[in-house]
Amino acid sequence: MNIKVLGPGCMNCKTLEKRTIEALQQLNMNADVEKVEDYQRIASYGIMHTPGLVIDEKVALSGSVPTVDKIKELLLAHRSAQ
Amino acid sequence: MNKLLERHPIGTVITFLPLWIFLYFALQPFADAIVSLSGLPPSEQITEAVRFFVFETPKVLLLLTIVVFAVGIVRTYFSPERTRKILGGKSLFVGNVLASMLGIVTPFCSCSAIPLFIGFVETGIPLGVTFSFLVAAPMINEIAVVLLFGLFGWQTALLYVSTGLLIAITSGYVIGRLKVERFVENWVFEVHTTTSALEETVPSFRDRIQSGFEAVKDIVGRVWPYILIGIAVGAGIHGYVPENFMASLMGKSAWWSVPVAVLIGVPLYSNAAGIIPIVHALLEKGASLGTTLAFMMAVIGLSLPETIILRKVLKMPLIFIFVGVVATGIIIVGYVFNFVY
Repeated sequence: MNIKVLGPGCMNCKTLEKRTIEALQQLNMNADVEKVEDYQRIASYGIMHTPGLVIDEKVALSGSVPTVDKIKELLLAHRSAQ
Repeated sequence: MNKLLERHPIGTVITFLPLWIFLYFALQPFADAIVSLSGLPPSEQITEAVRFFVFETPKVLLLLTIVVFAVGIVRTYFSPERTRKILGGKSLFVGNVLASMLGIVTPFCSCSAIPLFIGFVETGIPLGVTFSFLVAAPMINEIAVVLLFGLFGWQTALLYVSTGLLIAITSGYVIGRLKVERFVENWVFEVHTTTSALEETVPSFRDRIQSGFEAVKDIVGRVWPYILIGIAVGAGIHGYVPENFMASLMGKSAWWSVPVAVLIGVPLYSNAAGIIPIVHALLEKGASLGTTLAFMMAVIGLSLPETIILRKVLKMPLIFIFVGVVATGIIIVGYVFNFVY
């Protein structure tokens, strides 16, 4: 699984990255977590509000910092959809 | 506490609201009690400074909490995507008015300015309309409005919101008329969105209340130190600076004070939370309303960090046009208020 955290490096983006890693650990899931800070790439995902969370090239969330539990939900939903 | 919020957000509101009201009405007796208990000599400078601090700090924090909570809920009804949809295909003037008003309620932080800018440009929203949004969003923020309401009353808060809107509308309109498209960095037009953004889900009422609490945790948790510093500086000015000291410097008769206040204010950056208690003290010591308002708008509305972020999508001439047009608007507002009041 490939996960991207979209954001230029403000507080919210860092928090999202931290919580994503935490969620993965709690679920014992393996994934590459990549931080995307380049504006052009961020914009190419069509989000207008950072931070954004992209799971396997699909935008899962934008504009809010979810709780660890919420991220776990998103990850599980993605896995079962596969 | 966190668990409680997550499980019973609505119940938590019902419990906390009466407590809030009680605390708010206990402010004056509380401050008087602290001052008399401290044993400070009455009507000395230090006593007045302390009284100011122990009264204003809890008052501002209480007001801030409730308004940030309410705004957090209101914002769940808006999103940049929805705002973009509303603005699409609107004519220049109507678009400017709408964009400025949406700038107040749409969730926005300066780190999102670029994706938002690109998102707007991509769907063909005119640059002028986009700029109205970018001026209004930082300038008219809930913290500024709360503090103005708390320290000066609703008239001043309303005045700030309406002049802020006026500046956002006219600046955007003027920039739109100037045909500045060629000063936008080329890569902006070459961005192609590869994936469709996620479809929006409608949050439940519980979710909205939850968002309100999160906003309080986030914003109040972040700005309280600035508020303390701002009020402490304000208290110092309140207690120690003589009456009318600011009259010659920032008074009506000093015609040059408005542009100078704006020139000083533009590179200065502070969030609204820190600047307004200082503004309060300046006004009290004889600075005129127009000059002070202009100073505050320049500090909050135009900031160096945001300009640097915008430089990624705007070429230098457009940066200067943007800052120049908005600063001119602020100066005009400053003069008008000095003239009228």
